[in-house]
Amino acid sequence: MHLAYPAVLAVLLFCTGLYGVLARRNAILVLMSVELMLNAVNLNLVAFDVWLRDTLHAGQALTLFTIAIAAAEIGIGLAIVLLVYRNRGSSDIDRLRDLAERPDGGDATGHGAQPQPDTEAEAAA
Amino acid sequence: MTLAATAAAHGFLSPTGVEIAFLLVGIATLGAALITVTTRQLVHAALWLVVALGGIAVEYLLLTAEFIAWVQVLIYVGSVVVLLLFGLMLTKAPIGRSPDADSGNRWAALVVALASAGTLVWVVVDAFRATWIDLDGAVQGSTATLGRTLFQYWVLPFEALSVLLLAALVGAIVLSRKGGEGKAPAADLRSGAARTGTAPREEQH
Amino acid sequence: MTLTTTAVLVPLLPFLGSVAGFLLGRRAPGFVRPLAVLPTLATAALAVCVAVGQGGGPATDVATRLTPTGSIPIDLALHIDGFAALIGVLVGVVAACVQIYSTGYLRDDPRYPSYAALVSLFTSAMLLVVYTGDLMVLLVGWEVMGICSYFLVGHYWETEAARAASLKAFLVTKLGDVPFLFGIFALAADAGTFRITGILGKVADGGLHHPTLIALLLLGGVAGKSAQFPLHTWLPDAMAGPTPVSALIHAATMVAAGVYLVARLLPVFAASAAALVVLAVMAAITMVGSGLAALAQDDIKRVLAYSTVGQLGYMLGALAVGDRGAAVFHLLTHGAFKALLFLGAGVIIHAAGTNSLAAMSRMGGLARRIPDAYWTVTVALLALAAIPPFAGFFSKEAVLGAAEHAAHGQAHGIPGAVGWTVLISGVLTALLTAAYATRLWLLAFNGRGAEVPDHGKQPVVMNAMLWVLFVPTVALGLAGPYLPTWFDGRSLNPALTTSVVGTGVALIGGLVTYAAWRHTSARAARAPLGAVAVAPDAAPGLAEELAIESHTPAYGGIAGAPDPADPGRVLLGPLHRHAAVGFHLDAVYSALFVRPVRAAAQLVRFLDREVVDTYVRGAGAAPRWLGAAVRRAQTGNVQTYLGALLAGSLVLAVVAVLVATGTGA
Repeated sequence: MHLAYPAVLAVLLFCTGLYGVLARRNAILVLMSVELMLNAVNLNLVAFDVWLRDTLHAGQALTLFTIAIAAAEIGIGLAIVLLVYRNRGSSDIDRLRDLAERPDGGDATGHGAQPQPDTEAEAAA
Repeated sequence: MTLAATAAAHGFLSPTGVEIAFLLVGIATLGAALITVTTRQLVHAALWLVVALGGIAVEYLLLTAEFIAWVQVLIYVGSVVVLLLFGLMLTKAPIGRSPDADSGNRWAALVVALASAGTLVWVVVDAFRATWIDLDGAVQGSTATLGRTLFQYWVLPFEALSVLLLAALVGAIVLSRKGGEGKAPAADLRSGAARTGTAPREEQH
Repeated sequence: MTLTTTAVLVPLLPFLGSVAGFLLGRRAPGFVRPLAVLPTLATAALAVCVAVGQGGGPATDVATRLTPTGSIPIDLALHIDGFAALIGVLVGVVAACVQIYSTGYLRDDPRYPSYAALVSLFTSAMLLVVYTGDLMVLLVGWEVMGICSYFLVGHYWETEAARAASLKAFLVTKLGDVPFLFGIFALAADAGTFRITGILGKVADGGLHHPTLIALLLLGGVAGKSAQFPLHTWLPDAMAGPTPVSALIHAATMVAAGVYLVARLLPVFAASAAALVVLAVMAAITMVGSGLAALAQDDIKRVLAYSTVGQLGYMLGALAVGDRGAAVFHLLTHGAFKALLFLGAGVIIHAAGTNSLAAMSRMGGLARRIPDAYWTVTVALLALAAIPPFAGFFSKEAVLGAAEHAAHGQAHGIPGAVGWTVLISGVLTALLTAAYATRLWLLAFNGRGAEVPDHGKQPVVMNAMLWVLFVPTVALGLAGPYLPTWFDGRSLNPALTTSVVGTGVALIGGLVTYAAWRHTSARAARAPLGAVAVAPDAAPGLAEELAIESHTPAYGGIAGAPDPADPGRVLLGPLHRHAAVGFHLDAVYSALFVRPVRAAAQLVRFLDREVVDTYVRGAGAAPRWLGAAVRRAQTGNVQTYLGALLAGSLVLAVVAVLVATGTGA
């Protein structure tokens, strides 16, 4: 099989994920896009492993590790998103702007999303 | 797959059956991925992600990496997407079309993504124009082969990875606890994290 | 004590007294007066001892070299001849009188300690100039005097006039000191030594290459210090200082330094006929101009100041005709009677409560109230006008005689024109001197009008000092026959022709002024001018300060007063207006120097504020704007950051690929 097929597919998947990371507003959608990017890399790893006929199967082993790390990442990531949602009442990434410098140069705490009581999130759970 | 190994016999104009299958599945996968990152319905995005991940699993199969393919189905389709769906629900994601699914950054993101795609495709095609994968011979990714390799050569990274997963589990629990109270969300997340934690155990089989 | 030890002590004692005064002045007020008076008195006594020891014999020359100082060595040298010894006595005596007088004059002044210490330092510097035999050491004393005069003239620094006058005195004398310094260097470079004896020996051998240049450069400094045209304008303004300072600085010591220097270096000047001509012309212009200006002044001290300028012109005229004996003789007598006049003026100002002659001419009984000052000042004015047998007559006749001598070509190496210039201007000045002396006397003591308000008794020390100085004023002229042995040996006796002409002219001047006064004094009653009253029992120094301060608002100017009863106004006619302001020389200086400098300062200020600062501000503003622009990128949106990051790394990757493959390079 031509190596260009999996390679180009991986590139396109990666860039799709890239677009999703940059363009999506909801943090969970961003996490999905990250999964897409990781899978594109996995595809590359597998394809090259097969192509090179590596006796150690480094590519496939690494793919397994990547999958495991992706699972850990999604767990931690979701926990963070939930925490943010509970504290801020929103999981919209472009509303989390505490790092922005205000025109008056003052502290940015208290700005951005209105701090919502945690009870709301708990009620949802 | 059955073609001769001589390079002259290969060509884009005479695709093999595997190539055609790979191409078709790849188009389906890419389409699903595109819908995932563009749809306005958040739950649909998760479902289309299932399609995309499943497509990738099929591609693994076509590349003779069968073990990876089943792990992909198990972990991604089975647990990650479910976890994402739980996340969507926990954050009270709207059901149905939400007009603000994309941020104002969309056009810049599109430009960056297209430029990256162009550059990478150009580089990849330029580099691997005349490279073929020989899929004949011994199966590369059978469970037996991979298991042997994994526990012969990669056993130390593998165990380090299990420690990492444990740390992630603990981290997720700590993050989702809130100051002594708030047991309900913590318990919920624990179930999710536990699900993640089971994944490597399944891999070992 | 040897002569050398004594001579070293003479400048050293006032210096130590001054240092002690500066150190103890604040902490131990009780010591200030003894510390001011005693060293100066001792110095006067020691100066007399030096003079007696020297006795008109050959010059004493002692030198010690502390350290090698480069190409031309600088020696701590003493050179005591008849000139130095006698001038030392004059300086010591006048300084002692001034210090004693000041204890009364400035009795309540809060700044008396520093004042007394400065006067001591000043005396020390002048004695150093007189006794030293090395030009570099002389320059040290010369400059110390300059800075001391700055501080002393500005003693009443609360008044605008004193501040301006002290700055002016300092700047104008420094203007002359710059060429003076160059002149000293040129002279030393030509002669190979700073020692005056060495220089004079070199001149005698004809070894001086540029005598004219050197002489003219030195003349710049002399004109500045001795207040000669065109650098004389600081002296009348310097009358804003306390009266004893005027007596010390502007009659007997500082202005005498220039004359003394020329006398010491006369062979250098005589080596160049051009320098002598310049000196004579300078002296002539100074003499006549200052005589005219003195006739128009209203402030009694400014009259005396212009008179000083004129008498210094006499001395330099005598030097121009090559007779330093006559010059130093006139310097001695003038130092005595001018110090007396200034100290007397201090008494008059205190008694009258004003320094304005116009105001005094409208007061009756001033002479009766201050009989000591009346008699001594009258005699001193007679001496100033060169009426025999007082001191001024003999010395002035010596000058005129020397000029006549040179005019007839009998002096070796002196052009006849120089003699004639000095002679004619000298005779003319004698007329003017008599005129303004008479005017001063008539206006000050023969006023008619309301009785003088009582301002309290003058301290005894002030009147006593008048009588001390009265003695040389009367008698110093009689010493004329004994002096030639101290000087160059030329006779100083008055010649018949010049005596008759000089005295006759002086009498004419006095009589004409008297006639004019008779004519105008009747108008005084019709044109009342406000006399400035001072609080009774104020200290004399305070009275003078108030008088100086109130002169401008009361009479419309620091120099003149719109007084129709002024005989000077009648005598000068249309010239009066110009003479009162010193013939507009200040305006000329203002146009020539002050305004260009101010314009240049404005330009520099503009360049600094608008041009240089623009760069500085720009250097600050550009990063600020850049920072503001970059700050806008800090949106806080993670996706924006990530997008920019990826776009940047993409560009970098493309560049790296292009470079690596060589396609783009």
